[in-house]
Amino acid sequence: MSDVPSNAPEHCPGTASEQAGKSSACAGCPNQKICASGAPKAPDPAIEEIKEKMVTVKHKILVLSGKGGVGKSTFSTQLAHGLASDVSKEVALLDVDICGPSLPRMLGLEGEQVHQSGSGWSPVYVEDNLSVMSIGFLLSSPDDAVIWRGPKKNGMIKQFLRDVDWGELDYLIVDTPPGTSDEHLSIVQYLSSAGIDGAVIITTPQEVSLQDVRKEIRFCQKVKLPIIGVVENMSGFVCPKCKNTSQIFPPTTGGAEKMCADLSLPFLGRVPLDPRIGRSCDEGRSFLSQEPDSPAAAAYHRIIQSIKDYCSHRSRTHGNAD
Amino acid sequence: MDLSDADQGSLAEVKHVILVLSGKGGVGKSTMTTEIALALRHAGKKVGILDVDLCGPSIPRMLCVGRPEVHQCDSGWVPVYVDSSKSLALMSIGFLLENPDDAVVWRGPKKTALIGQFVSDVAWGELDYLLVDTPPGTSDEHLSVVENLRKHKLDGAILVTTPQAVSTGDVRREITFCKKIGLRILGLVENMSGFVCPHCSECSNIFSKGGGEDLAKLTGSPFLGCVPLDPQLSSSVENGKDFIQAFPESATFAAINNIVQAVMTSLEAS
Ligand SMILES: Nc1ncnc2c1ncn2[C@@H]1O[C@H](COP(=O)(O)OP(=O)(O)OP(=O)(O)O)[C@@H](O)[C@H]1O
Ligand SMILES: [Mg+2]
Ligand SMILES: [Zn+2]
Repeated sequence: MSDVPSNAPEHCPGTASEQAGKSSACAGCPNQKICASGAPKAPDPAIEEIKEKMVTVKHKILVLSGKGGVGKSTFSTQLAHGLASDVSKEVALLDVDICGPSLPRMLGLEGEQVHQSGSGWSPVYVEDNLSVMSIGFLLSSPDDAVIWRGPKKNGMIKQFLRDVDWGELDYLIVDTPPGTSDEHLSIVQYLSSAGIDGAVIITTPQEVSLQDVRKEIRFCQKVKLPIIGVVENMSGFVCPKCKNTSQIFPPTTGGAEKMCADLSLPFLGRVPLDPRIGRSCDEGRSFLSQEPDSPAAAAYHRIIQSIKDYCSHRSRTHGNAD
Repeated sequence: MDLSDADQGSLAEVKHVILVLSGKGGVGKSTMTTEIALALRHAGKKVGILDVDLCGPSIPRMLCVGRPEVHQCDSGWVPVYVDSSKSLALMSIGFLLENPDDAVVWRGPKKTALIGQFVSDVAWGELDYLLVDTPPGTSDEHLSVVENLRKHKLDGAILVTTPQAVSTGDVRREITFCKKIGLRILGLVENMSGFVCPHCSECSNIFSKGGGEDLAKLTGSPFLGCVPLDPQLSSSVENGKDFIQAFPESATFAAINNIVQAVMTSLEAS
């Protein structure tokens, strides 16, 4: 996988590239000599430091989607709330969406700030057993925009993994920005030594979304990231008045279930389009505890159970204690 | 080759260049780009769409052009014409990739370099409007597109949002981004604003309502209008059909048309 040092020039081809040290962009780069020498590319030492740090984190789960706005952050928060409803488990959420952090609002933590402690940055707590870290906590106002190029975002993600005082965790859930950008490559790379249990992929039913999600699946395969399964979100809307279902985002090519069958991937389930989910998120409340009897909550619970099963099965087969 | 000519680039005969942006993903940038382009064409304009979404290009599907082979002429890449009258042209950066899946593991700098080149390397010829569809967020790609378009021509940006706070929060930051880089905001569109049940006509605000308009007020940006959540629109877009032609009676058509009129007025007056 290619890598770009934080002090690299704008068009750096990446240290692992054939062109490393040779492209026109490399002229004047402080790393040019090392790159051009073809010497075995030393991995970023942070990868090992992060591995050390992550020794106390049992399961690491990425939430991904090739398409924007399909509900990754919504799913990440429900997954976190769902896992943390077992008070014996310690759960944390990491938001690596540097340009569009939505977790602070969805968890009702807008305006909170992180604190520096002796052992690093302290995350912000939603519950005793649920903590969150997001760049949103480092911005001073809701108007603040983070306009960073790739290398700077990567530095931030490295810090989130290495310098946050995560403590003992059963689950670390990483919410990602849409698409496949530097953020995705970085998180996978920085956690490569520590090991990621797998990725949950979110999509909506229509082909416009699935075509991007297939690319994301190829991304996972390219970087050897296991896929826990695919969730189909916004699947059918039930009219609150007449109770008829409308397919607002029509599954014209068979939806996520068909895609999973074609690609031999686990299909984790469907979550209906329920306006109350969006409202809970806007208000920063847990939908699962506000509408526990809704069909959407039942769908979430089934999906969360499959993820738990996957993780505990993985710890048995990979030999780490659960 | 005459260098001053090359500097003028392929946008020399393009009257207006508009960026379609959103800090939030999946709010309908590509859909709005497509529909605005179709509506402009119906208004008798010559329109081009430049799709710079490397990892998730949607426009080719929305206009039913698949993955055509593209050719080069002296003044750059020749765009693909969607209709026989050649009034709607499309160029997607995805067309240039030998293996479209490769881009998913590219870092920002590599994408930036490609986009930078691409933006000024399409032989558009004469156009009234060029719409540029962008990937979600504010990243390297956006900075690169703006920097490169600006060398030639860039009128401003249309920002798309959905009404819920989670989305307007991101777009609020995007507005700061536009102001910081001195990019004119032509206006905000509130998409997916209300859903009318086809069975009983009850309106449900699935993604809330009014958030886009409130944001426009709060930030002093022009508000272009609301577009409802319309299953006929999503299925037209899925199947690459011309919604503007198929449903000229719908409220959604009227909404899109109003947006287009507002944009034309604001650009053609100045
Ligand atoms: N007003 C609407 N009514 C119904 N469906 C809509 C509407 N606007 C957009 N959609 C649907 O929503 C989905 C997302 O839209 P689109 O792909 O245009 O978003 P985008 O902002 O370009 O996404 P990305 O951030 O991934 O590029 C598409 O399936 C589209 O058909
Ligand atoms: Mg798009
Ligand atoms: Zn109804």
